[in-house]
Amino acid sequence: MSKSDTKRGILSKNSEIFSLGVILAILVLLFSLALPGKFLRPSNLQSMAFQLPELGVLAFAMMITMLTGGINLSIISSANLSGIIMAMILTRNVTPNMGGSELGWIVFLAILAGMSISLIVGLANGVIIAYIGISPILATLGTMTLLEGISLVITRGYVISGLPRSLLVIGNGTFLGVPVPMFILIAVAIAVAILLNKTRLGLSTYMIGSNIKATGFSGINTNKVIILVYMISGLLAGIASLIMIARFNSAKAGYGSSYLLVTVLVSVLGGINPNGGFGKVSGVFLGLVLLQVISSGLNLLGISQFLTLALWGALLLGVEALRLARRRVR
Amino acid sequence: MKNISKRFGGVLALDSVDFEMEKGEVHCLVGENGSGKSTLIKIISGIHSPDPGGEIYVDGRRISHQKSSNSVREGIQVIYQDLSLFPNLTVAENIAISSRVETGSRLMNWKETEKEAVRTMKKIGVSLDTRREVSQLSIAERQIVAICRAINANARLVIMDEPTASLSKNEVQSLIKVINELQNREIATLFVSHKLDEIMAVAQRVTVLRDGKKVGVFDASELTRQKLSYLMTGKEFEYSKLPPYSGDEVVLEVRKLSRTDNYKDIDLKVHKGEIVCITGLMGSGRTEFVLSLFGMNPPDDGEILLEGKRINPRSALAAMRAGIAYVPEDRLQHGLVMEQSVSKNIVLTFLKRILSKIRLLSKVKERTEVRRWVDELSIKIPSVDSPVNTLSGGNQQRVVIAKWLAINPKVLILDSPTVGIDVAAKDSIYKIVRELAAEGISIIMITDEAEEAIYHSNTTYIMSAGRIVGKYNSSELTEKELYEKINGQ
Amino acid sequence: MRRSTDSNSVLRKAFGKSEFYLLLVIVVVSLFFTIMKPSFLTFTNIYGMVESNSFLAIMAAGVLVVLISGGIDISFTAIATVAQYVMATIVIHWGGNMFLAFAIGGVVGIALGFINALLIYFLKTPPIIVTIATMNLFYGLLIFISGGTWIYGFPMWFMERNLVRFGDNPGITIPILVLVISFILTWLILKHTALGRNIYAVGGNQEAARRVGISVLKTQLFVYCYMGFLAGIASTVQANMMLTVAPNALMGRELEVLAAVVLGGASLAGGTGSILGTILGFGLIVIVQNGLTLLGISSYWHKVFVGAIIVISVGITAYQRKLRERKGAIINVEE
Repeated sequence: MSKSDTKRGILSKNSEIFSLGVILAILVLLFSLALPGKFLRPSNLQSMAFQLPELGVLAFAMMITMLTGGINLSIISSANLSGIIMAMILTRNVTPNMGGSELGWIVFLAILAGMSISLIVGLANGVIIAYIGISPILATLGTMTLLEGISLVITRGYVISGLPRSLLVIGNGTFLGVPVPMFILIAVAIAVAILLNKTRLGLSTYMIGSNIKATGFSGINTNKVIILVYMISGLLAGIASLIMIARFNSAKAGYGSSYLLVTVLVSVLGGINPNGGFGKVSGVFLGLVLLQVISSGLNLLGISQFLTLALWGALLLGVEALRLARRRVR
Repeated sequence: MKNISKRFGGVLALDSVDFEMEKGEVHCLVGENGSGKSTLIKIISGIHSPDPGGEIYVDGRRISHQKSSNSVREGIQVIYQDLSLFPNLTVAENIAISSRVETGSRLMNWKETEKEAVRTMKKIGVSLDTRREVSQLSIAERQIVAICRAINANARLVIMDEPTASLSKNEVQSLIKVINELQNREIATLFVSHKLDEIMAVAQRVTVLRDGKKVGVFDASELTRQKLSYLMTGKEFEYSKLPPYSGDEVVLEVRKLSRTDNYKDIDLKVHKGEIVCITGLMGSGRTEFVLSLFGMNPPDDGEILLEGKRINPRSALAAMRAGIAYVPEDRLQHGLVMEQSVSKNIVLTFLKRILSKIRLLSKVKERTEVRRWVDELSIKIPSVDSPVNTLSGGNQQRVVIAKWLAINPKVLILDSPTVGIDVAAKDSIYKIVRELAAEGISIIMITDEAEEAIYHSNTTYIMSAGRIVGKYNSSELTEKELYEKINGQ
Repeated sequence: MRRSTDSNSVLRKAFGKSEFYLLLVIVVVSLFFTIMKPSFLTFTNIYGMVESNSFLAIMAAGVLVVLISGGIDISFTAIATVAQYVMATIVIHWGGNMFLAFAIGGVVGIALGFINALLIYFLKTPPIIVTIATMNLFYGLLIFISGGTWIYGFPMWFMERNLVRFGDNPGITIPILVLVISFILTWLILKHTALGRNIYAVGGNQEAARRVGISVLKTQLFVYCYMGFLAGIASTVQANMMLTVAPNALMGRELEVLAAVVLGGASLAGGTGSILGTILGFGLIVIVQNGLTLLGISSYWHKVFVGAIIVISVGITAYQRKLRERKGAIINVEE
């Protein structure tokens, strides 16, 4: 096909991204054919655009830690805890007749509290990993368990709901037809991309992921970088939780636990090398969209969400097999 | 072995090489990187097979080496440089493992394993605690275990790849004794090395390869260092000694620097453009000391003065800001990030300089700087985005030097810069070092080779057990003298 | 060399091992709980603890073997779920006996483990990623095909749990028996078979293992199939205790099991670990949870405690390791 030939010339450097794009295009094509008129309908696109961002921001939270050769298993529980804290502040301090600025002030404080929690969690993760030397899997496993416990203790398993309407806009509103959460996701994606490609922190992240000792010998304060990376990961988890509680008008412990493994899936699908050092935001974004398209498409086709799960697993294995084949050919 | 050739793709690694060894002989194979010696070893051990036309004979019998298990059956055992040991298993288990796998037994017989290990160690007159985990052993002890394993596997020929690379002088002596024991048992040893003193101490014959061809087989006794390097490279490398340093501009001064359990009362002076060499036995504290200069191992006591001002670097970055650069000993592990691009590796030390006005990394500035250094140091690369691990060893070394020169250091510390590097590349490093010194950069070089100290530095310090025990003008030393002083004789 | 046979150095050797400290902590914690609630140290309570956690414990043995080989497997709960479904369906529709039930569970587990092993070996992708994918794959396919229904109505013979009774007290039940057999089997394999030693070798230095002639493929095949086997067996045990099969009952506790095994001394890098350590590590977590329940502390706090234990104990080990790898060697400086 001549179209893909020209594409290949321009994008030869980013051939991985390109392949993902091709797979995405094919899938969209297939689903549109299978669901004529239904798949590409604005309402479906919009619904996908509503569901995508919370997973997306979480995927970025996971991605940056994987770039350092680590992993952050605590993002979901950290997000949940932030969400719970924010929801508690909002539901306990907001009366129906509250004025605009007073409301705004409470909302601001609540969001501040939520973000602080996840930043602190990120700090704790980073310190444990950098200074004490626990492997990231175990460190974040520990914090994840701790946070789940704290969330349970605070909520006693109940759901906190009844958030102020103005907040719900974040999760359910649209602007120019595009859901607000989508704007947040795009902003996050751009911010992370700039961070990784254009800052010293970003370059250090990649270098640490490939060889932490050599990076340290080159004058980079690797402890500081690791701590910052896990803090940013925590912050992103906090942002995701804001979207989640706004969308569902509730917060509870243990929400979204299935998301955890999916964020790893998305990252690796998107080209993040689990050993660290390589991977781009564009890849993860494409991986996200890919997964969402499959999920929505299969949903519309009436196929059980469990088959979707299975397909995600198979897709990851398939992409890895393709990568292996490409490496062999080269 | 007769007429052995091997072609990989477009490269002729070996060209009609003949090679032979006698029963119980100690033979040394020398050659530069790329001379084909590793390929020859791989063919002997059965990992590769020779191109058609090549013949291999063991005990006069023609052999076809299709798999490495064939060569194992013939009694050929290879000890790689990493020793292929299992750090989590005991000495006994490590020794016995080859034979256990070979016999294919299903069950693990611990008693028999112990007995085998003890028996094998007796054969070469060593004894180690068989119950200790290998991770707790020193490198020399680990080497003994590796050799024992080869013997236990009924080796008739043991091939060792650079066996003395990380050994102290005493440990080398022990190893030589072991090799002699092997000889007594009619086990032949083939080792790859280029340390002439060791070759001469133990080898009977030496085969020299160059560019895939056999240059010749010589009796060890008829070789000198000059002759050997000439045979290996086809070139003469003549060095004249450097004169004692003249001039009195002190750049770095260290007064009574101490750090518990590392070193004590170090006094040292380095002048502008001077090349100072610190030598001594392994474990004398040299690296620990220079790491303190580089901020990664802060001292407990004493002073460091740079251009007259007292400095106290407590991080690598602080040392770099003051003007001190450090090139680690292990180039691959610590000096470069191998998988990443040349560009990223070079700019890593001076990221602040390539920031744009809005404090983001500027691609333009990055490219300009990298281009500059690539040109200045003649680094041969297909592109600045090529991963460093695709470069040749010599070019990799230049990338390392580039990233450090880029911070305009006043003092450049080189930790064993020529270990594992072939003669031609060594030569280019010595040239670069002299050029840098001529430009006014002070060099501190840690080395284990007396020749390096004598010919390539102005001043030599000797460290032993954490203290400075001697300071000499390098030109006034002879190799023999230096060896004796280092070994405390 | 002096052999460490005198009692002095036996003690010194013991101090060096992490299992010793773990045992110490268990003793201290148990004492604490016993003082607070004497009913802690009763036969019934301990028995109950062991039995109700037998499912996870059996799988922990499998996780141990995988970790020693230098790999990791997150999909074992999914494998258990699939095995349980298949076993229950067959047994309820076509009948059989206890042995058959376990055999089916084991075979299904081995088959799924086999898939894991092949993928890990040939894709060259890190095992954690592969098993995350297969976890989703196995579980998703199962629920899709089965419709996620609960299964009840086990035949009478399946409901029998006790094999031997000692008067009124519960005797040797199936869960306990299978648990003990699993642990002994795993111990035997790891310590006394060539295969087991090969697992340690591959975990310690995979390249060296290849060089001495160990088939890494065969070793990994065994390791993941064994994990699958134990997962299958464990799921049958679980079905035997619960007498129902629910789709998501077994999922979600993978990381806890992993943490328990690491607590017991296994390393994510491979090459280390022992059955004793796993028993102790798993035991500590179970004891803490049980004790907290007895003390009336709400189950919400359990996770907090367990999380804290993981972080503290792993932290101590890691910090010790870090101190040992100091930048400078210890040099005997001449005075």
